[in-house]
Amino acid sequence: MLRVIAVSIAALWVAGAWPAAAADAINPDADFKAFRDYFTKKFPKVPLNDFVNGPYSMDAGLRKQWEAIEDFPPYDFAVDRGKQMFATPFKNGKTYGDCFANKGIGIRQNYPYFDEKSGEVITLELALNRCREANGEPPFSYVKDEMASLTAYMAFTSRGKLFDIKIPNDPRALAAYQNGEKYFYSRRGQLNFSCASCHVQSAGQHIRTEVLAPALGILAAMPIYRSEWGSMGTISRRFVTCNSQVRGVPLEPQDENYRDVEYYLSYMANGLPISGPGARP
Amino acid sequence: MRMIFAMAGLVLLTAAGAAQAASTQADFDAALAAANTAEKEAATLKNRWTTTEQALAAAKKAAAAGDFDTAVKDAQHAEALAKASIAQAKEQDTAWKAAVIH
Repeated sequence: MLRVIAVSIAALWVAGAWPAAAADAINPDADFKAFRDYFTKKFPKVPLNDFVNGPYSMDAGLRKQWEAIEDFPPYDFAVDRGKQMFATPFKNGKTYGDCFANKGIGIRQNYPYFDEKSGEVITLELALNRCREANGEPPFSYVKDEMASLTAYMAFTSRGKLFDIKIPNDPRALAAYQNGEKYFYSRRGQLNFSCASCHVQSAGQHIRTEVLAPALGILAAMPIYRSEWGSMGTISRRFVTCNSQVRGVPLEPQDENYRDVEYYLSYMANGLPISGPGARP
Repeated sequence: MRMIFAMAGLVLLTAAGAAQAASTQADFDAALAAANTAEKEAATLKNRWTTTEQALAAAKKAAAAGDFDTAVKDAQHAEALAKASIAQAKEQDTAWKAAVIH
C-alpha cells in the first residue's frame, strides 16, 4: 500500500500535478495574461496601446498638458546628443553600432534580454557600458546625462516597435524572471511599499499632485525627461528614485534585482509599442 | 506615615537620578556596534532603510559633539529601525506571492 502511495505521489510530481508544486510553478504566460487582464478590466476605456503613455492614459487634464509639451519636447536635446554620440567613433575607431544588432538602430524593444552565455539579464544600459569598456572607454553613469542621451536616441529609433522580450527555456532565465517578479511585489522601505502598491493597486490614483502610472507598459517611454528632476533620467534612475521615495536605500544601478525587475516588467509589456523617450511631470 | 512618604520620595529621587546618569563613550560604542551589526544584516538582505542611515549619522554626529545621551538614543533608534527592516525582508521573502495578480 505504501509503495502504491509513493508511486502515485511520484507520478503526480512528474506530471506537474502536485498541488504545492503547481502553486509555486513559474508560469510567465499565465502571469502575462493575468497582468494584462487586470489592467484592461480596471481601465476598460483605455486603449491597450495607450497604457505606454503612463499617467496621461489615466487623466484627461494631464494628457492635455502633455500634448502641449510634445510640441517642443524637452527630451529632444537628449535625442540629438545621443545621435551625435552614437555616430562618433571611439578612440579605436569603432562605434556603438558595432556592438549591437542592426547597428543599434530600432532594437530597443528587444531589451532587456537573458544572455544564456553569461546567465544574466542584459539591459540596454548595461550593454552600452559594456560596449564602451570593450572598446577601451570608461563607463558612463547609469542614471542620467550621457547614458540617458544614448538610450533616448536608441528608443527614438525604435518608436512604435513592439516589445519582444523572450524568456528562453533555461531555468536561470526563469529564475531571473521570478526574481524580478518578486522584487516588483515585495514591500520595502520604512513606508512599506512595493512597486505594485503604487503601480498596480493604486494605478490611476493621485499621490499628492501626481497620477500614478499603471505598471502595464511603464518602461515603454524610458528614458524620460522628468520635470521633477529637471533633466533626463534612465530606467536605473527611476528605480533608484522609487526606492528612495519609500525610504529604502537604493541598490546600485544595474544591480541584479533592478535588471531582473526590468526583465519582468518588459515581458509584461510584450506587444506594446515603444514610446520613448518620454516626458513626465 | 509621614516617614514612609519621605522614604518613598527619596527612593524615587535616587532611581530617577540613576536613570538620568549621563551616558558615556563606552555606552555609545556599545549602542553603535549593535546598530551596525543589525544594519549590516539588513544590507546583506539588500533592504536597508534611509531612516536607519539617518539615525546612525545623527548618533555619530552627537557623539562627535560629546553629547552621548543623544548619541546613545539615536544609535538605539537606528538599531530598532534596522531590525524592523530585517523583519520586513524576511517576511516579504514569501509574503510577496500573496500580492501577485492572478
